[in-house]
Amino acid sequence: MAKYLLLKHYRGAPAAVNDVPMDQWTSQEISAHVRYMRNFADRLEETGEFVDSQALAPEGTFVRYDGEGRPPVTDGPFAETKDLIAGWMVIDVDTRERALELTAELSAAPGAGGQPIHEWLELRPFLTQPPTIED
Amino acid sequence: MDEARLRGLTPSVLAILVRRGADFAAAEDAVQDALLEALRVWPTDPPRDAKGWLLTVAWRRFLDAARSETARRRREELLQGEPAPGRAPAMDDTLHLYFLCAHPALSPSSAVALTLRAVGGLTTRQIARAYLVPEATMAQRISRAKRTVAGVRLDRPGDAATVLRVLYLVFNEGYSGELDLAAEAIRLTRRLHVALDHPESAGLLALMLLHHARRSARTTPEGALVPLAEQDRRRWDTGAIAEGIAILRAALARDRLGEYQAQAAIAALHADAPRAEETDWVQIVEWYDELVRLNRSPVVRLNRAVAVGEADGPGAGLVALAELEESLPRHSAVAAHLHERAGDLDTAARLYAEAARKATNLAEREHLTRRAARLRHRPGS
Repeated sequence: MAKYLLLKHYRGAPAAVNDVPMDQWTSQEISAHVRYMRNFADRLEETGEFVDSQALAPEGTFVRYDGEGRPPVTDGPFAETKDLIAGWMVIDVDTRERALELTAELSAAPGAGGQPIHEWLELRPFLTQPPTIED
Repeated sequence: MDEARLRGLTPSVLAILVRRGADFAAAEDAVQDALLEALRVWPTDPPRDAKGWLLTVAWRRFLDAARSETARRRREELLQGEPAPGRAPAMDDTLHLYFLCAHPALSPSSAVALTLRAVGGLTTRQIARAYLVPEATMAQRISRAKRTVAGVRLDRPGDAATVLRVLYLVFNEGYSGELDLAAEAIRLTRRLHVALDHPESAGLLALMLLHHARRSARTTPEGALVPLAEQDRRRWDTGAIAEGIAILRAALARDRLGEYQAQAAIAALHADAPRAEETDWVQIVEWYDELVRLNRSPVVRLNRAVAVGEADGPGAGLVALAELEESLPRHSAVAAHLHERAGDLDTAARLYAEAARKATNLAEREHLTRRAARLRHRPGS
C-alpha cells in the first residue's frame, strides 16, 4: 500500500532504446501507442492499482511573488531547461517490486516500427502519513 | 441509530445471507446495497428493528440480483429453504468472515479493503477516500479480492496471524481523512477479540489502545510530530491506558507470548511512567529482546538500539546500532539521536539532516529537519 509517481520526461531522461520522436511515427504507430497507454490505465484500474494519470502541455511559465500589491513576475518558457515533464501516472501498489514491474511495462509502449520504446521513466515514492505505532 | 452501530450490524447480516446459501461475493454486494440504502433512508425514517430491516433489504437485493433465467431455479430452492429471518447468528460466523477477508491468498491492500467493507461495514467510497484512491479503483480492488476468495469454504477456521496483521495495517495507517482508520481498527479488533479469544488478539487490542491513548499528545495543533519523550502526558487518555493494561495483563497471564503482546508490553511501560525520565528502560530493553526473538524486523532492532541507549547510555546504544545495516530506514535518525545524547552535537546535526532527506513521511521529515536546525543554531555555536 504505497503510492508511486511514474514520471515521463520530454527532456532530461536518458535516451530511449527506440529513440524516434513521435512526430516521425506513422499514424498506425501513433494509434498503437495511444491504445497501449489507454489499455494500460484500464488494466490498472481493474487490478485496483490506478490512482491518476495526466499529461502536461510542454510550455510552462515560471511565476514568482514580487512583493505586496505587485503583480506576480512571470518568466519563460525557457527553451534551454534541461528537464521537462511530459506527464505522469500515479499508482497504489503493495510492493516496490510491483511498482518497478508496472513502470517497465509502461516503458514498453510501442513506438516507431511498432517496437517497444524502452523509454526511461522516473519512479518516485510518495511521502506517506507517519505510522500510528511509534515505539 | 448512529453509523458505527449500523456498521456493526453488517457482518452478521452478511453471515446470515451466506448461511442461507448465497455465495459470499453476491451476498457481500447485497449487504453493501442495503447499507447504502440504510444510510439514505434511516435519517428520516428510522426502522424499529434495524437488523431485521437490513437483513430484509439485503436478502431482497440478493434475490433481485440472482433473478435471471439461469439463476431462477436456484433462487426457488433458496426461497423454499429460507430459514426464519432474524435468527441470531453465531459469533463464529463473523469470525469466519474475518478469516475469509484476510485470506493468505489476498495481497495486503486487498485484504485490508475487503475487511473494511465486508466486516467493517464501510462503503466503497469511504474506503477509497481513506486510502486516497479513486472510488472505481477501490471497487475493482474489492471485487477482485472477492473473486480470489470465491472458492474458499466459509466454515473452516483460518489463519489468525493474517487477520491480526490486516488489522495492524489498518491501525497503523492512522488518521488521514474523514474516516478514522485507527478507531475503525480498534472497533474491528475488539470484535475479533471477543470471537477469537486468543492471547495475540488481546495483545493487538491492548497495543492499539495504548497507542491510541497518546493520540492527542502526539501532534501540535499545527500538525507537527511530538516525540514520546516530549509529549504532555497529562493529555494521554487514562481510560484507554487502563483498559489496554488490563487486557494485556490477562493475555500475558496465559503464558503464550507473541509479538503483539510484547509490543503492547513496551507501550504499557511507557504509559506507566508519569514523566519520561521515570521510564523503566531496563525492562523495555528486556521486552525488545523478546520481540527480536519473535520478529526480527529492522524496525524492532532499531527501536531496541534506542532503548539500549536509554538504559545503558548512548555509547551502548551506538554499539547496538553498529550491528545493524546502515541502509535500514530510520538508521540515521536513530544514530542522530544517540549522538545528540552522547553530546556530539555536530555529528548529530549532520545525521539529522541526512535522516530528514531519507524520511518516508512528511511529518517525520519536518521533525528531523527541525532537530537539525535546533542543533545548528544553538546558542554559542
